[in-house]
Amino acid sequence: MKKLIVLIGTTLLIAALTACGSGEVQPVTLKLVTHDSFNISEETVAAFQEQTGHTLEIVPLGDAGEMLNQNILSKNNPLGDVVFGIDNSFLSRALENDILVAYDSPELANIDSSLKLDAENRALPVDYGDVCLNYDKAWFADNGLAAPSGLDDLIDPAYAGLTVVENPATSSPGLAFLLATVDAYGEDGFLDYWDQLAANDVLVENGWSEAYYEAFSLYGGDRPIVVSYASSPPAEVIFAETELTEAPTASVISSKSCFRQIEFVGILSGTEHEAAAQQLVDFMLGKTFQEDIPMNMFVFPSNSTAELPEPFVAYAEIPDSPATVSPSDIAANREAWIAAWNETVLR
Amino acid sequence: MKKNYTRFFPLIPLIFFGLFYFYPLGSILKLSFAPEGKLQLDAASKLITDSYYLRTLWFTFWQAVVSTILTLLLALPAAYVFATYDFRYKQTLRTISTLPFVLPTVVVANAFSALIGPRGLVNTTAQQLFNLEEPPIDIDQTIWLILLAHVFYNYSVVLRIVSAYWQRINAELTQAAETLGASPQQRFWTITLPLLRPALMAAGVLVFIFTFTSFGVVLLLGGPGFATLEVEIYRQAVNIFDLPVAAALSLFQILFTFILMAVYTRTQARIATQSSSTHMVAKPVTTWWDKVIVWGNLGVMFTLLAAPLLALVLRSISWVDSNPFLYYAKLFDNERGSVFYVPPIEAVGNSLLYAGCAIVIALIIGLICAYLVVDKNNWLDPIFMLPLATSAVTLGFGYIIALDEPPLNLRNSFILIPLAHALVAIPFVIRTVLPALRGINPAVREAASTLGADPTRIWLTIDWPLLRRVLLVAAVFAFTISMGEFGATIFVARPDSPTMPTAIFRFLGRPGQVNFGQALAMSTLLMFVCSAGFVLIERLRLGDKSVDGSIDQGEF
Repeated sequence: MKKLIVLIGTTLLIAALTACGSGEVQPVTLKLVTHDSFNISEETVAAFQEQTGHTLEIVPLGDAGEMLNQNILSKNNPLGDVVFGIDNSFLSRALENDILVAYDSPELANIDSSLKLDAENRALPVDYGDVCLNYDKAWFADNGLAAPSGLDDLIDPAYAGLTVVENPATSSPGLAFLLATVDAYGEDGFLDYWDQLAANDVLVENGWSEAYYEAFSLYGGDRPIVVSYASSPPAEVIFAETELTEAPTASVISSKSCFRQIEFVGILSGTEHEAAAQQLVDFMLGKTFQEDIPMNMFVFPSNSTAELPEPFVAYAEIPDSPATVSPSDIAANREAWIAAWNETVLR
Repeated sequence: MKKNYTRFFPLIPLIFFGLFYFYPLGSILKLSFAPEGKLQLDAASKLITDSYYLRTLWFTFWQAVVSTILTLLLALPAAYVFATYDFRYKQTLRTISTLPFVLPTVVVANAFSALIGPRGLVNTTAQQLFNLEEPPIDIDQTIWLILLAHVFYNYSVVLRIVSAYWQRINAELTQAAETLGASPQQRFWTITLPLLRPALMAAGVLVFIFTFTSFGVVLLLGGPGFATLEVEIYRQAVNIFDLPVAAALSLFQILFTFILMAVYTRTQARIATQSSSTHMVAKPVTTWWDKVIVWGNLGVMFTLLAAPLLALVLRSISWVDSNPFLYYAKLFDNERGSVFYVPPIEAVGNSLLYAGCAIVIALIIGLICAYLVVDKNNWLDPIFMLPLATSAVTLGFGYIIALDEPPLNLRNSFILIPLAHALVAIPFVIRTVLPALRGINPAVREAASTLGADPTRIWLTIDWPLLRRVLLVAAVFAFTISMGEFGATIFVARPDSPTMPTAIFRFLGRPGQVNFGQALAMSTLLMFVCSAGFVLIERLRLGDKSVDGSIDQGEF
């Protein structure tokens, strides 16, 4: 009963808001600039166009770093109206370069405060995903070794030569995992951890695709532990060759072994359609869009009222206490940490 | 009258290079070095004082030299075989040799890993056969894998350019030497090799520039232990966002190539090898020596080129599901109703459309460029080569800031993609066309002129018969460059027109067996479409009906 009232209430509210909205805002063509991993269903786009009368054009601009830099370069003549997909490791760069305008979306009320990293609401959290160690379940069963349960296991000689990670200088999950170790072992201790990991024959690949699709044992490599996402196990079920009842991989989600990547949306300063852009931001933080996120982008919705799809409920595990490093700390130390990591692991 | 407007032809490439190369490049350099209008050169001085950059430059240089020499050595015998002998499936083999060129590096990295990775086919078989503890081939993330991949990618550049040229070497010279008692070795070293020099140098220079600016191979196959200038520029521009350092490195890369090219073009213009328009007649494989050399080369080509491609095709087939073509079937199915879903036919169509436009632009402009530099020892030739040596991310960022206002508001436009492809293809067209153009005996043109032929007629009867053959080679290169999406187009926005490579990247960006399988299925499809494209281009023969078909069949 309660649910029904909430549902009716929300529907009425949305209807009222859209009615007012469409009364005031002229239909325009909105450009959403984003990274290449962005994905959403046609239905959701159609819902937006129907609700607001605007036409949505999605412009992918390379990976997250390439996309952000292009937006900074074009800030005097922006490439679009709204940007999707600036993450917490790049947030400071976006804010320092002043490419976003603030917007206090009513949907922010439904978003957990731990995800809100910009007090001025120029960057609004739209989804999050945890970068975690994944392991090949069958490999560990066949080899009679216990699956890893935390970061410390990786430096145990029993796990020598089993792990592949991504280079933090060139890969976003690679950087996220480095940040997890910074938080877990402290700024003074993480290099020591990496020193031992290197001594334990860790393999470093430059990109996620190489680590996952070449070095990881599930795809024919010789490493049964890989740095990937907490959502990779459900993806393995959804995109399985034959129907599976159990995921072939699992994530290690012990305290501080995962790093939470938070993605943000924001209105690009200089847009000529600010009111329409606000409608798009509201829509992306709203339930329809948020519930469409997991199956399309394999990350979790930031809106706590959004319900997770069935495979996510069944196979995805969300770590209770992921590692966190503040965006300003990341911005201030990223290059120094990467350089020190480089010295320790690669030389 | 005609003379009047041909005078304006040189303006076409100059405008093209000005607008789509120098203007965007200048804009990004200006923004990087003088953001507030005042020149700041801290970045440049940082490069000279930091030994890391000098080591990067040294590595970039020596790996390119070694890659070029290896590619020339391995492909030269094959060029001889393709120029001299007539054998079955010659055309098919030539097509296969060019396929690596269109494949994205991440796909190739996967093929190599499936074949010679620690748990690849070769290692597991050898371990079983010889009862070995450790995999016998262990070149993952070593310089050997980088060199191997460079040869894999560039083999066909040498094969195509050199064999096309070899066929036109005046056979009478070697026959005369044979009559005079010269041994085969003597004939090769004193006659054939000197005559081949222009083609060898042209191919060598292209391979050098390609490997000097190598990005994907070094990044993905070399792993984190190796970096070329191009990799470092990308890291500075994207990961660190230090534009001054990125721009200084780019400028350095451009200047280095420019100097090298200036030296090269100076030496080249002086060697004008005259060649006849008649072809050397390809002979059948008869003696045991013929067999050894033909089969030996085909063996090398199979191991080096065909085996990795075959590994890809095999991995695109599902061995678990009842439908072996599961991944192909999935390509046609938009299961999750994604807004980014692109039907394979449409991806093929987009790729072919871009490639078609790129070929036309590159051939027209490249041909005019070649005439501009053919008999003058001028500075334009090295300049025309620069797009090949320019970091893709630098030029891509340049497009974003320079081409954003009408009338040149092109940064989101369809046409920018084939324009960028053409820019990279033009150096190939020039290098392919020039040796042939320089082979035309000027006395023939003079004689025709004396006899009263007008310039158009002279061009049609003397230049065209020689050119149409090499133009086909050039067209094949332009086609492959566009289909494989080289260079700056990675950074060009393309809202509604995903191509085959962009579809492959999407699949490889997410986990799951079916995504991986679809990426390989799309890669296999890309190879098939390209093969079909090569055959079609080669069949065109640009109205070349005067030559006996049996000789000309599939010569390029």
